[in-house]
Formats: sequence, structure tokens, C-alpha cells
Amino acid sequence: MDIIVSALPMLVKGLQVTLYIFLIAILLGFLIGLVIALLRLAPLKILKWIAKAYVDAIRGTPFIVQLFFIYFGLNSLQVISLDNTTAGIITVAINAGAYFAEIIRAGIQSIDKGQTEAARSIGFTGAQTMRYIILPQAFRRMLPTITNQSIISLKDTSLLSVIGIADLTQQGQIQASATFEAFKIWLAVGIIYFIIIYLLTLLANFVERRFQLR
Amino acid sequence: MSMITVKNLRKSFGSLEVLKDINAEVKEKEVICVIGPSGSGKSTFLRCLNRLEEISGGQVVINGHDITDKKVDLNKVRQEVGMVFQQFNLFPHKTVLENITLGPIKIHSTEKTDAEKLALDLLDKVGLREKANSYPGELSGGQKQRVAIARALAMNPKIMLFDEPTSALDPEMVGDVLEVMKQLAIEGMTMVVVTHEMGFAREVGDRVIFMDGGYIVEENEPNALFGNPQHERTKAFLSKVL
Repeated sequence: MDIIVSALPMLVKGLQVTLYIFLIAILLGFLIGLVIALLRLAPLKILKWIAKAYVDAIRGTPFIVQLFFIYFGLNSLQVISLDNTTAGIITVAINAGAYFAEIIRAGIQSIDKGQTEAARSIGFTGAQTMRYIILPQAFRRMLPTITNQSIISLKDTSLLSVIGIADLTQQGQIQASATFEAFKIWLAVGIIYFIIIYLLTLLANFVERRFQLR
Repeated sequence: MSMITVKNLRKSFGSLEVLKDINAEVKEKEVICVIGPSGSGKSTFLRCLNRLEEISGGQVVINGHDITDKKVDLNKVRQEVGMVFQQFNLFPHKTVLENITLGPIKIHSTEKTDAEKLALDLLDKVGLREKANSYPGELSGGQKQRVAIARALAMNPKIMLFDEPTSALDPEMVGDVLEVMKQLAIEGMTMVVVTHEMGFAREVGDRVIFMDGGYIVEENEPNALFGNPQHERTKAFLSKVL
């Protein structure tokens, strides 16, 4: 037990890094997803095509390859220089963005066409219809899948340890090799991830209930 | 004064031509009922009047605005044309009151309190004031449709379009909705009503249009059309539904 107690401050420090990266990346990813989803539904073919290419490229490649491409690949061009935290955030955001785009697109398309027709017949513009009528209803339906993707993205941040980010997983590695107590340390790391994800699920359930349609 | 003028209107879905050559005119305060078998194009005709359907050819002029003109501000014209749907299409995430006030607040920039006062007056008119804070999911079909009418009226339209407003209702709910529509007609609203309610068409309609196969086959004032139809197809249709 004292092994865990003495390792805990470092693990918590790692957790802070994990949460910091996760929160920024998930917000960015959601914005990317929203934009890409709207592009996919845009009337212009070229926009549709760009959005689809983006989603296909991300879905068709492993996360770790995307991470290496952004961190090592882009930096090797010597045009920009990304530190590992920035590269990590960008990768998680871009990756989650592609999945969010599909979730949001499906959510929007699941709303009955009559809703759009009613809104347009009142005189709402396309953008107003999206904002006041379609998106609020679509988000309620999307919430469970959004939660799911957020959890996946949170777990994906553990892969950022391979580019040297001192997240929870990286701290676990350091503590495990320093103490030779791999079993206890990795059990503790697992439990910490589990608790965070469990809290996230509770939060999502609360939001879902709060916004349920009467 | 002519509120709606339709000239040589054509509408195709792909290679299927559903409106072939429609000419019609609706004067101010007139109530026009459109009847006809399923697939005759009557709903499509109605939906062309506020361009919920893109128009393939011809001209539609609504209260002086040529909506087939590329430069027309369609959103502006639609504010003058209320529409009521068969499936109600209320916004399920908003209360009855919010359903009605959303348009005035966001489009006409009406103050919230003024919009709510207007909405409550309209709810009085359709007999549903006590449902102001309910959600659409808590209402019966007939109540939903009356809220939908109130929602359309909140934009203070010059014309009201009704697309089979009672077809999705239980029989005992139909009367309440028709009563509200009749009241509107009496108050002088210009109305185009696609309906299967022949009694309503006969009693409230100033003119009845019979459509079949994408054409207007016959139009006349109700007693003449129902009592003495001229075309074989009109006779055949009426003999089945009357």
C-alpha cells in the first residue's frame, strides 16, 4: 500500500496532464466535428468531398500513425515546430473530430424532414433552422454516442506517452520501473482511469436526463 | 385583389412529372379547397406555393412577389404565408408557448413579453390557453394541430396553406380543428386547403379545385362542383368519396 501512496502524487500529476489534454482536445474535436458535419451536409459538392475525405483519412489510419505523422512528420519538414503537448492535443482533436463529424451528421439526418419544413415555412433561414430547431433536437439524440466517443478519446490520450508526454500512463511507466512494483502501479493507474471514466459517464447520464424530451 | 397567381406551373421529381400545367388564381379573403385522389399532385401544388418544393417551370406570384424569380427573398415571402402540415411538425423540444413565440422573437424581433401575449391570445382563439406550458408530446393530435395553426398565425400571415390538416387525426378530433379553420375563414383569411373533408369544402370553401393526374380537372363553387360535376373523372371521384 505504501508503494501506491508514495507513487500517488506523481500519478495525480500525470492525471492532471491527461485531463488537461483531454478537455482541450475534446472541445476542439467537437468543433471540428460540427464544422465537418455541416460541410458534409452542404449543398456544394466540393465541400462535401473535402469533409468526406477528412473523415475517411482519419478513420482509415491508426491513431498512433496520426500521432507520429503530426509530431515527427510535420516537425521534420522544419516549417513549423510543435511541442509534444500541442502535437498530442492536435492529434486527439483531429481524430475525435472525424468521429464526432459522423455522429453529428447522423444525428442531424435523424431529425424528421417535417421539422425543417415547418421552420422554413415560418420564414427561418437555413442557418436559423439548424441552430434553433435541428441541432438542439439532434444533440439530445447524439448524447449517448458523444459520451462514448469522448471516453474512447480519453483512453486514446494514454498513447501520447509514446511521444514523451508526462500523462497518467507515462507516470505509471516511470513509477513502475522505479519501484519494480508493476502489478500494483498498473492496477492503480487502471483504477484511476476507471474512476475518471465512470465520473464522465455519470455526468453524461445527468446531462441526458436533464435534456430529455418530455 | 389577387393574392396567389399560378401560371403554367410544372413540377417534376426526376422523370416523374407530378404537376403538368397548373393555372390558378386566389383572391384576397378567398377560401379554396383542393380535392382529388392520392397522387393527384394536390399536396405538391400546395407546397409549391411557398416553394417548399422547388418549382420546375411556370410562375407563382404570392401577394405580389414572384417566388419563381431567383432574386426573391424567399424567407420574407414565407413569413407572409403560414403553413399547416398533416403531421403537425411542432417542435418537440419547445413548449407550446415557445413553439408559437419562436418565429416572432427570432424573425420579427418582437419583445419576448409581447410575443407571449400574442401567443396566449392565439391560444385562446384555438381554445388551448391552458396548454401554454405543455410540451407537444403531451398533447393529443387535435390539440397539436390547433397549436400548429396558432404557430402559423403568430407570424401574422396574409395567406394560410393547409396540407390535409385533419388526415392524421382521430375522427373525434377532426371537428375542433375544422372549427378553428372555419373561424379563420369567417375572419377573412385567404386560405388554400388540401383536404379530404368534403363537408368542410362544401360549407367553407368559396371555390373547390378538383385535381387528378397532375392537372386541375375542374374548378367551381362548391355547390356546383359537388352537385353537378362536369367531368367524368370528377364524377367518378365524387361518387367514391361522397
